[in-house]
Amino acid sequence: MAFMLLGTKVGMTRVYTADGVNLPVTVVRVGPCVVTQIRTVEKDGYSAVQLGFGDIKARNSTQPEIGHDAKAGSAPKRYHREFRCTPEEASKYTLGQVLTVKDLEGTKFVDVIGRTKGKGFQGVMKRWHFKGMFASHGTERKHRSPGSIGSLCSNRGFGGGLKKGKKMAGHMGDVRCTCRSIELVRIDAENGLALIKGTVPGAANGLVQVRHAVRLYRSKAKKAKA
Amino acid sequence: MSIQATLEKINASALKTDVPRMEIGDTVSVHCRIVEGNKERIQVFTGVLIARAGRGINEMLTVRRIVEEMGVERIFPINSPKIAQYEVVRRGQANRAKLYYLRDRAGKSRRIIDRRRKLKHVAGLPLAGQN
Repeated sequence: MAFMLLGTKVGMTRVYTADGVNLPVTVVRVGPCVVTQIRTVEKDGYSAVQLGFGDIKARNSTQPEIGHDAKAGSAPKRYHREFRCTPEEASKYTLGQVLTVKDLEGTKFVDVIGRTKGKGFQGVMKRWHFKGMFASHGTERKHRSPGSIGSLCSNRGFGGGLKKGKKMAGHMGDVRCTCRSIELVRIDAENGLALIKGTVPGAANGLVQVRHAVRLYRSKAKKAKA
Repeated sequence: MSIQATLEKINASALKTDVPRMEIGDTVSVHCRIVEGNKERIQVFTGVLIARAGRGINEMLTVRRIVEEMGVERIFPINSPKIAQYEVVRRGQANRAKLYYLRDRAGKSRRIIDRRRKLKHVAGLPLAGQN
């Protein structure tokens, strides 16, 4: 896995590049993150770095968590997330080390992980982009319905049950979502902000994880190298 | 810092400071930078400012002009670096914030009263004193 930082989404705006191209960007307040624990193969079975982010009043945290953060010499933190890395890389970090947006400098593409906005119970047209039914031609009271959901032999063989995962109406949103290989437009180290091209999952003030892009398309990989 | 304040701080450096006072109904010239190969040239689009929308870095101008009896509207982002300059050619008197009614007008009724001279001017025709 790759180096990661935690942050909160601020909002969206636009940025003009030097040659006048208008880029939509999401502003993310990244860090400062504290290294709260270093996972090792001997002790935990895997190697990773755990980060703490966001202040929280001690009375709103829990005793175990307060103690956990205190071990790293840190005040109580609201969020804790880990990123996997090789033991050699993990050994570069020290407990209590503070990581800021500056550590993202030189990065061209990032993956952003967030929790999408909850949409509640939604029909198939919104949730799965079904086309719905005719507006007229005899259609009555079922313009947005899914239509047939299968027969006895819906590719599961015999048995009458529906195939699992059949797209139907239901709860939409409020799930973890990863946006891969998004361009990192600019870093504002002074204010701890990162400007990321396009949209990022979640609502304003929501937690997002910004990490080095794990997989890049060929064209983007070329750009990243250049 | 609040969300709005943070975003405004980011945008502050991109906001133009040399934009003249342009009001709805004014006739304005927008000097666009056009890049052709390696060369850059300026193209001027002159017309009536019929709408301003958005604020801050998102602000847009809608400029309408008449070309060969055909209405042409262009929407410009005020703060775009692709726009070199704005010029107010003429001050017009408008009684609303959006002059969309001009789209339905033809001929004399397309005129907008000049704010200074109280003269009427037909968009698309040469300005008084220029021909």
